[in-house]
Amino acid sequence: MLKSKRICCELAISGIAVLCFVAMAYGLSDTLKENIYEVEQLKPIDSVPKLMVGEKAPNFTLPAVSGGRVSLSQYRGKKNVVISFVPAAWTPVCSEQWPGYNIAKAIFDQYDAQLIGITVDNIPTLYAWTHQMGKLWFMVLSDFWPHGAVADTYGILRSDGVSERALFVIDKKGVIRYIDIHDINKRPPLDDLVNELKKLKK
Amino acid sequence: MIKRIVVFFVTLAVCLAVFHGASMASEKPSDTGDVIASIKLPIPQDKNAQNYLGLTGEGSFAISQIKAEVVLIEIFNMYCNNCQREAPRVNELYREMTKNSSLKDKIKIIGIGVGNTPLEVDVFKKTYQVSFPLFPDEDYSIHKACGEVRTPYFIGAKINADGAITVFHTKEGGFQDPAQFLKQIVAASGL
Repeated sequence: MLKSKRICCELAISGIAVLCFVAMAYGLSDTLKENIYEVEQLKPIDSVPKLMVGEKAPNFTLPAVSGGRVSLSQYRGKKNVVISFVPAAWTPVCSEQWPGYNIAKAIFDQYDAQLIGITVDNIPTLYAWTHQMGKLWFMVLSDFWPHGAVADTYGILRSDGVSERALFVIDKKGVIRYIDIHDINKRPPLDDLVNELKKLKK
Repeated sequence: MIKRIVVFFVTLAVCLAVFHGASMASEKPSDTGDVIASIKLPIPQDKNAQNYLGLTGEGSFAISQIKAEVVLIEIFNMYCNNCQREAPRVNELYREMTKNSSLKDKIKIIGIGVGNTPLEVDVFKKTYQVSFPLFPDEDYSIHKACGEVRTPYFIGAKINADGAITVFHTKEGGFQDPAQFLKQIVAASGL
């Protein structure tokens, strides 16, 4: 009786150990997929716009994931700027938007535009998140502290502390030429941005 | 002690068999032949793509009209990191298919970019120099019909003599070895 109990116990423990091992082995290839936090449908827009097309883009200086600090003003007279605010690292739509831009460098180059990605996450989070996207050609800045201050200045800070999914096109004179405060649940089509960049060239 | 080791390995074997069986079951072909048969895509205007698929003219076509016995469909998304990583291997798979003279007319591959506009598909095509035809599924209608699978996703479809489609293989995620994957597809399709 005792012996059979012990065998049962050993079987159970071995089984659990093996299942853990197998689950880990099978899970590895899907690590990235499993790290994306599923988000329910959110209120499409949850902020009040503060800026308009034709206005000067407010300057900002933020820390970059690649090190150092970056100011919008450093591009004045040199490059058009596209700012892509995305709500949060490790969320479904955001985790795809930037990898898409990452293979569209030729389009940004064609219109002499520098892409800048911004979220309200802190640098270590942004580092880990963007690192798994591969090598990004554009700069990623952290608007973590004072929390979401730039997003707030740009009128896109939502009531829960993340930013809208928004695109701003700023010309070489520092003037805002396009604002797309997009439905947070959806990815803006690249076509809309390209159409706006085309207008800058004229 | 020896008994304990034996117990461990017997349990290991049983658990592996059960777990592997369950995992493979999720990759078993689902009954999506009718779904694949109902897909309508625009006839590409690029001559090379038309020649590859054996199509002419304008308008739309069904998978069953592709000049092949087997069509491998890659469901991808230009924005998806994993699809980007997989792109060179899928290109290699296409090369393996076309360099094999006994296979090249029997098996063809196409890609469907879910939620992608024609421009977005074009960016993907140019970036990875994809030589096989890619089609946009801008409104996600094909993606929804296929059960909103995660990308990349591969569907092996066999075109029967009566034009009906049999799905003989589905695979979520990438493959490690293109040549091996092609062998697997060929074997599963019965070509």
